[in-house]
Amino acid sequence: MIKQRLIVQKVCFSFLKIAALLNGAALAVILYFIISRGWRAISWEFLSQAPRDSMTAGGILPCIVGTMALCLVTIFVALPIGVASAIYLNEYASQGKLVRFIRLGINNLAGVPSIVFGLFGLAFFCIVLKMGVSAASGGLTLGIMTLPVIIGASEEALKSVPNTYREASLAMGASKWQTIRKVVLPVAFPGIITGSILGISRAAGETAPIMYTGAVFFTPDLPASILDEVMALPYHIYVLATAGTQIEATRHLQYGTALVLIVLVFGMNLSAIILRSKIRKNLRI
Amino acid sequence: MKRQVIDKGVHSGFLLIALFSITALFLIVVFLFIEGIPILDHVSIKEFVFGKYWYPTDDPADFGILSLILGSICVTLLSGIMAIPLGVMTAVYLAEIASPKVAEIVKPIVELMASMPSVVIGFFGMVVVAPFIQQVFDIPVGLNMFNASLMLAFMAVPTICSISEDAIFSVPVALKEASFALGATHFETIVRVIIPASLSGICTAVILGLSRAIGETMVVLMAAGGAAMIPGSIFDPVRPLPASIAAEMAEAPFGGEHYHALFAIGIVLFVFTFMFNLLADYVSYKFRQVGEASL
Repeated sequence: MIKQRLIVQKVCFSFLKIAALLNGAALAVILYFIISRGWRAISWEFLSQAPRDSMTAGGILPCIVGTMALCLVTIFVALPIGVASAIYLNEYASQGKLVRFIRLGINNLAGVPSIVFGLFGLAFFCIVLKMGVSAASGGLTLGIMTLPVIIGASEEALKSVPNTYREASLAMGASKWQTIRKVVLPVAFPGIITGSILGISRAAGETAPIMYTGAVFFTPDLPASILDEVMALPYHIYVLATAGTQIEATRHLQYGTALVLIVLVFGMNLSAIILRSKIRKNLRI
Repeated sequence: MKRQVIDKGVHSGFLLIALFSITALFLIVVFLFIEGIPILDHVSIKEFVFGKYWYPTDDPADFGILSLILGSICVTLLSGIMAIPLGVMTAVYLAEIASPKVAEIVKPIVELMASMPSVVIGFFGMVVVAPFIQQVFDIPVGLNMFNASLMLAFMAVPTICSISEDAIFSVPVALKEASFALGATHFETIVRVIIPASLSGICTAVILGLSRAIGETMVVLMAAGGAAMIPGSIFDPVRPLPASIAAEMAEAPFGGEHYHALFAIGIVLFVFTFMFNLLADYVSYKFRQVGEASL
């Protein structure tokens, strides 16, 4: 009887293991296709030049620069607001209706579909605030979208700071604000940075929010100011794959651009994951 | 005295900033409605939501989004059928069975899946999966509901898995030990004790995963085929709500009927995800595990 139950257990556990393996396999298949077909497109010319001949040749430099410009604006918006929100929620707020209301807002903001952010950015930043299609509009839209991620990560980092640190500082006569500034934030800093990198990497890969707010099909020039329109890596992939002049003939450029985007996003993610596991190890000691 | 004043000021400052998220959410709703409501001058709500024909550029234009709504729902449900078992099973494996070393490797994999840009997944569905499906199932087009659902499942699994895993992980050890002490095997303990105890968390995970799938744009834009018709089989092309907005905004003249109609689709989409999120919040708040007594 017990033997039979153990056999059932063994069979079911292997199913669970297969499920976990399936995820890894799916990721591996996607990476295999993008890398094996994309790496041949990568060259110094590809990374350092603008597209030529109606985007059927040349490189993707304007897209890389554009994506970076969007990310910079995103950090500029989301990091201060996100960290400050997390400080309020974790350090100041007491459990109550207001906090629950704020959290509900953050959760729902996290669930808003990316294209709806795009609609909002178009109606608000581009048209009402008259910023037009620009790195500023796109970055602000991405910033609002990234906010919940950064708030969540910062809160987790703040929570991991032991309460004894705060109590020690308060006992020495420091005020609450001094305690937060000089004791809590420095300890939580690496965790906040890790979470922010994860948030920004997500923003870098998003297409729908910037389609009508920041990114354009093609501009020959690099952005000179924050109010210029930009090209962006994700949007460039979409354009080449669906609306390019020669969709089949530019496949290698599409794979190449996808590879650059993946390297950028995964690079940020892996560094954040490694940084985080180091922090966790340090905290345990 | 001065310090207390500063502290009070800082406190209110942080509160103001913390209210920013709510304000942003509020502004999003306001602008969706400002730009979306004018479509009601041309069609009634009933005609808009239940109308079968979406010909926004014809003269006179038809603004019925029933086929788009059904497209979204079908794609999401089908992706759920694939993603929910996979996500929950992976979560159980990670939280209960895998050794810490294996978990240390599998968790980053799941996180990398979550961070894969949606446009890359859509691109993959378009250039690799579509020809494959076309060949295997011997059908005329590979860009269809099945393809899009498969790609969406890939995006929903990490959400479902990581939130479920947290829920399973937070089940009190005492419950598990009690079950062992009664002679149950590890698997019986998982099925009869741990999963029931973490069910509210798993439900939240599923709701949020599906909410992510229904709002995802690039995948359905690139891999779903884009035909605005009511699907008859899983190999029919569909045009979900987000794909319509993304594909047509470029050609919709600013301030015209079509422009307002697309914002109205945005409202419908927002209502869908908002309800999903409220439901998730309700489930996780109402049925949260308090100590060991609430099982």
